[in-house]
Amino acid sequence: MKRWVGISWLTAVYAFLYIPLVTLMVYSFNQARFTTVWKGFTFKWYIRLMGNQQLLDSFFNSLTVALVASVIATVIGTLGAFVVSHYRFAGRKIFFGLIYSVMMSPDIVMGISLLMLFVLMGMETGFMTLLLAHVTFCLPFVMVTVHARIRGFDSMVVDAARDLGAGEFQIFYRIILPMILPAVLAGWLLSFTLSLDDVIISFFVTGPEFEILPLKIYSMVRLGVKPEVNALCSILFLLTLAAVTTAHFLTKEREK
Amino acid sequence: MNENKGFKNTAITVNMLWIFLFVLVPNLIVVVISFLERDPVGFFRWEPTISHYINLFDPVNARVFTHSLTYSFGTTLLTLAVGYPFAWFLSRVGRRRRPLMLMMVIVPFWTSSLIRTYALVILMKANGVINSLLVTLGLAKGPVSILYTDVAVYVGLVYSLLPFMILPLYAVLEKLDSRLLEAACDLGATHLQVFARVVLPLSLPGVMAGSIMVFLPSMGLFYIPDLLGGAKSMLVGNFIKNQFLTSGNWPFGSAASVFLILVMVSMMAVYLLVMKRFNRSVMP
Repeated sequence: MKRWVGISWLTAVYAFLYIPLVTLMVYSFNQARFTTVWKGFTFKWYIRLMGNQQLLDSFFNSLTVALVASVIATVIGTLGAFVVSHYRFAGRKIFFGLIYSVMMSPDIVMGISLLMLFVLMGMETGFMTLLLAHVTFCLPFVMVTVHARIRGFDSMVVDAARDLGAGEFQIFYRIILPMILPAVLAGWLLSFTLSLDDVIISFFVTGPEFEILPLKIYSMVRLGVKPEVNALCSILFLLTLAAVTTAHFLTKEREK
Repeated sequence: MNENKGFKNTAITVNMLWIFLFVLVPNLIVVVISFLERDPVGFFRWEPTISHYINLFDPVNARVFTHSLTYSFGTTLLTLAVGYPFAWFLSRVGRRRRPLMLMMVIVPFWTSSLIRTYALVILMKANGVINSLLVTLGLAKGPVSILYTDVAVYVGLVYSLLPFMILPLYAVLEKLDSRLLEAACDLGATHLQVFARVVLPLSLPGVMAGSIMVFLPSMGLFYIPDLLGGAKSMLVGNFIKNQFLTSGNWPFGSAASVFLILVMVSMMAVYLLVMKRFNRSVMP
């Protein structure tokens, strides 16, 4: 009896989580344009996407920002995670508090606060402002992912290296980095996903000349359901799926 | 030695500088501007005022806030009601199947909530899947309007945020020592007592973390009422967005954002306080 309740509860929630996504993907292959009636299988919406230059441009823009922002965030965030776990310095606690507050703070507050900062600094909104914003919201995720891994290590390894005459950079580069590499890669993939999917913050900090995919999707979706959008959203979902699964295996590996 | 110091100092400086410039400064700007007079040309004037905060309590504006808070409380309670049993059952699943099942919660956690919201539109629109199904099954004569109602907004918020409730809950429930439950049963506790006096208190950190992770974003997700709600469905996020993009009223929008910041700070403070007491009582 109890077992039965558990199984049905789990099934119901998984159905709730996945039925909409599966429906979205199924309908991206539906011939019919306006109805939800199944009119046969087709790839035409995907092919039509390839012919839409505006969409391709915004997809390319999104990929560029996501790639550059995630790499910068990973470099800075990895250093940050190393620094907070290995050194004591003034403001370390405040720094940690700020990192957590970035993860917690509602996207909209971050969006408008960065918008005001960029305007006051006299920066034109576009690629640069988007990049700075994306690095900022990705940073804490990299730092937390990497920090979790660094904490698991024996600090004696570092002491031993230091006794043997390794410098601080050498310790980081030759000892710590190889050990935490899976976590670094996971942090990078997660940042990439975050950046690729972000709507709210990007909404405020990008300009009209630099359009990115999620915002393009947002404006298309506001005008109604279209099979091209189904196809586009399905592609983005599969990208996320691939990135997240890989990241997951990279962080879980050590438990074996 | 110099080179050593150089690496360490650069690493610290870059991180501190980035967070200082792009987190601390922007938030200070929000707070400062919320206390300044509005200006049609330069967004604000250097004249102190608290009028924007008073304006937030104007009945029309206050209604948006109370409405949004209702949505957030409702969403938090609903995700908790659905997510708690789910996380509990998931933590009792056999070791072999659990990784895949957990992964199936993590994927929606990271998937763009915009895409997931759009997927709901396909299901709920007038000639959408749910309506076709209802008509085919003879449960409804014509299309039922689900989309563009308050219910649709709740569904959208719960759908988007449910994984944010499940994951912290699962994290604490998974670590729960099953010997404690056996001990409680051996000592004669009923199922309800085991839950109320053992499981629930021990999972409190997860309940709080999950609630924060649902409550805070639920006030800002402006595209959910935009895509699913009616004309009157508005979150604090929609309100702030309108102040910045439609009215160009930076100070008023900032004052509304300070409200969100205050909610965030107080929730985190409560969390830290409870955690402190919790750690003291659990690990003496």
